[in-house]
Amino acid sequence: MTMPNKHHILSVTVVNKAGVLARLSGLFARRAFNIYSLAVAPTEDERYSRITIVVDVESTPLEQITKQLFKLIDVVKITELDPSDAVERELLLVTAEAPPAVRSQIIELVDVFEGRILNVGHERLTMSLEGHPDKLDDFEELLRPYGIVELQRTGRVALPKIDNSAARLRAVKNA
Amino acid sequence: MDMNGGQALIKALELEGVEVIFGLPGGCILPVYDPLLDSPLRHILVRHEQGAGHMAEGYAHVTGRPGVAMVTSGPAATNIVTPLCDAYMDSIPMVVITGQVPTGAIGTDAFQECDTIGITRSVTKHNELVTSAQDIPRAVREAFHIATTGRPGPVLLDIPKDIVDPKNPNSAMNWHWPTDQEVRDGLPGYKPNMKGHPRKIREAAELILASDRPVIYAGGGILKARAAEALKELAELCDIHVVTTLMARGSFPDDHPLCLGMPGMHGNYSAVTSMQRSDLLIALGSRFDDRITGRVGAFAPEAKIIHVDIDPAELGKVRRPDVPIVGDCRLVIEELIGAIRHLLDGGAAFPERSPWKQTISGWQEKHPLSYKQSEPGDALKPQFVLEQLRDNTPDDCIVASGVGQHQMWTSQYWKFNHPYTWVNSGGLGTMGFAVPAAIGAKVGRPDAMVWAVDGDGCFQMTAQELVTAAAERIPVKIAILNNAYLGMVRQWQEMFYEERYSEVYLSPDLPDYKLWAEAMGCVGMRVEAPEEVESAIQKANEIDDRPVVIEFRTDSSEKVFPMVPAGMSNDDIITDPALGEGFVQ
Ligand SMILES: Cc1ncc(C[n+]2csc(CCOP(=O)(O)OP(=O)(O)O)c2C)c(N)n1
Ligand SMILES: [Mg+2]
Repeated sequence: MTMPNKHHILSVTVVNKAGVLARLSGLFARRAFNIYSLAVAPTEDERYSRITIVVDVESTPLEQITKQLFKLIDVVKITELDPSDAVERELLLVTAEAPPAVRSQIIELVDVFEGRILNVGHERLTMSLEGHPDKLDDFEELLRPYGIVELQRTGRVALPKIDNSAARLRAVKNA
Repeated sequence: MDMNGGQALIKALELEGVEVIFGLPGGCILPVYDPLLDSPLRHILVRHEQGAGHMAEGYAHVTGRPGVAMVTSGPAATNIVTPLCDAYMDSIPMVVITGQVPTGAIGTDAFQECDTIGITRSVTKHNELVTSAQDIPRAVREAFHIATTGRPGPVLLDIPKDIVDPKNPNSAMNWHWPTDQEVRDGLPGYKPNMKGHPRKIREAAELILASDRPVIYAGGGILKARAAEALKELAELCDIHVVTTLMARGSFPDDHPLCLGMPGMHGNYSAVTSMQRSDLLIALGSRFDDRITGRVGAFAPEAKIIHVDIDPAELGKVRRPDVPIVGDCRLVIEELIGAIRHLLDGGAAFPERSPWKQTISGWQEKHPLSYKQSEPGDALKPQFVLEQLRDNTPDDCIVASGVGQHQMWTSQYWKFNHPYTWVNSGGLGTMGFAVPAAIGAKVGRPDAMVWAVDGDGCFQMTAQELVTAAAERIPVKIAILNNAYLGMVRQWQEMFYEERYSEVYLSPDLPDYKLWAEAMGCVGMRVEAPEEVESAIQKANEIDDRPVVIEFRTDSSEKVFPMVPAGMSNDDIITDPALGEGFVQ
């Protein structure tokens, strides 16, 4: 599960009400653009939610899509985050085969990545790991040979970095 | 609790200044039809919900005010999807109210339930499922605000039965009419940008002053922004020719010496070629539609672009502008005029443009619109009928059209000298638009004469609304150009499918249009000879108490020219092969 090359992160502030996500995703679906990951949650202001969308498209169609998103009445603000200017985080949950013979190796791996063991069975372990999506990729890679039973990632959330956010942020819609 | 939701809905419509609703009741919307009896609002009972939608559009086209339609849930909601999409494509302000099953039944496949919000999401500017009676006044205010501001468009409100039904406790509410400020606060993501950016306006003024071969490319946005006066002032100040797109016909008078008429696939040679050869296109409320540009890569290759639109998503969508300006067309044009005057006052001057103007008049002389008059005894030429209709109706006559050859001939041969006199389906190309849209137009402008030019194919799609017009005494006049074919499709099959005619023949006699018109309570006439055309039109003009339908039997083989075949460059414009240029595909 490695990131696409030309990925863009859109941080979209929307009015917190029913149907907004359907409007938004409809615009991507209409053009057959796949949403790579998507995370929605309320913001510091309960009237709004922030949707973090990662898409893998060229810049030109993306510009058109952002302008179309901007037309949605319930969209309040859109910011495209340059990955190098953003703080990105994701959470991963995974259950892996961990028979006694390899269990200590896996626990060591979790330790190195500063993950946590959430659940222990006779033959399996369930673990969680939070961090930059790249770190999650690496962990997943290293865990794979042991046998992954089930894995779930949340999709990334992102905020602009504080120090240089004002200068490098590209505000696409700013109400 | 001082009111129920149904009463609140009607009261809200009254307060929005609505004078007429086009609609048809049914189960879920029933509770709203009851308080309608006690309201001064006029209701026009249509025969099919598609008719209600197109009537609301026609009304909005000619008045600039939002058209309102009200229908029930399920099949009625799906019946109105086509007009919603039509209004969305042509930026027509419209508010549609649909009934919905009671909130508790939503999602259970209840009788006449459909996911109206889901179905109409992509064909409305905005839609909302109103979930409580208390929200009704707010929802109505927001709907009208959204439909009529910024880039206008259709807004749909889906109203579950329980919140309007006085027998249901869910319908109880306390009346509160939101203030303007409350409406704005309730829509934090909606702030249309009206005024152009001053620096961009200055850049545009400089480009206009530097251009040798400028053309103003006026689109429907001119009419939406009520900018026809401003456009005229700009064109005259700068002495620049204007093309008016299919959506902008009437926004600049056809009899003005600077008017080039309609560009595009069936535009006239001078309009198409001036755009192609220009060094500066001033696009005002137009959107570089594929029917205008032909093959985009070959469109106006030497032209710089100034693009003014209230919708930022239009700028750069098809062609990247050199100077993009987001704003209301009227305000931006006025600002632009100011900026140009300022430069002129400072000593700037327009370049010598007489060679360009001579080139244009040369094209106009060499390539006028033309057709071959029929020989005695042959079928009528549709263009002749249109010339007669044009010449025998008042200058400010409103004309609506369907979609097909007759639409293109109407746009080509009519002389539009006044804004808001042309009612047509441009973006969606909806067959069946003409009859209901003409009825809506006549309701909006009862003082004006309203003709619809319709095709025989189109007429058969929505003719039943003439029953509505007859019952309501709405005296519209319909000219059917009966060429016995789905003519526009026939034309493509003739030109691009080696004359292999597949499913385009309709028959001239079936149905009998005269009898059909009479059965619907209209005056019906049939005209087959050139010398009968004028007197029939005169007779129709005199009838003012019921609709009139004249069926003109026209030549099936007539084609619309000029034509830029789909996907080809505008340089490959074909003029009529019968007139000597020869058609080479
Ligand atoms: C609802 C709908 N269905 C199909 C079409 C495709 N279409 C475009 S023009 C046309 C023929 C219209 O026939 P008619 O009304 O007789 O007009 P004519 O071209 O003969 O003047 C058709 C079928 C359309 N535009 N709209
Ligand atoms: Mg026909």
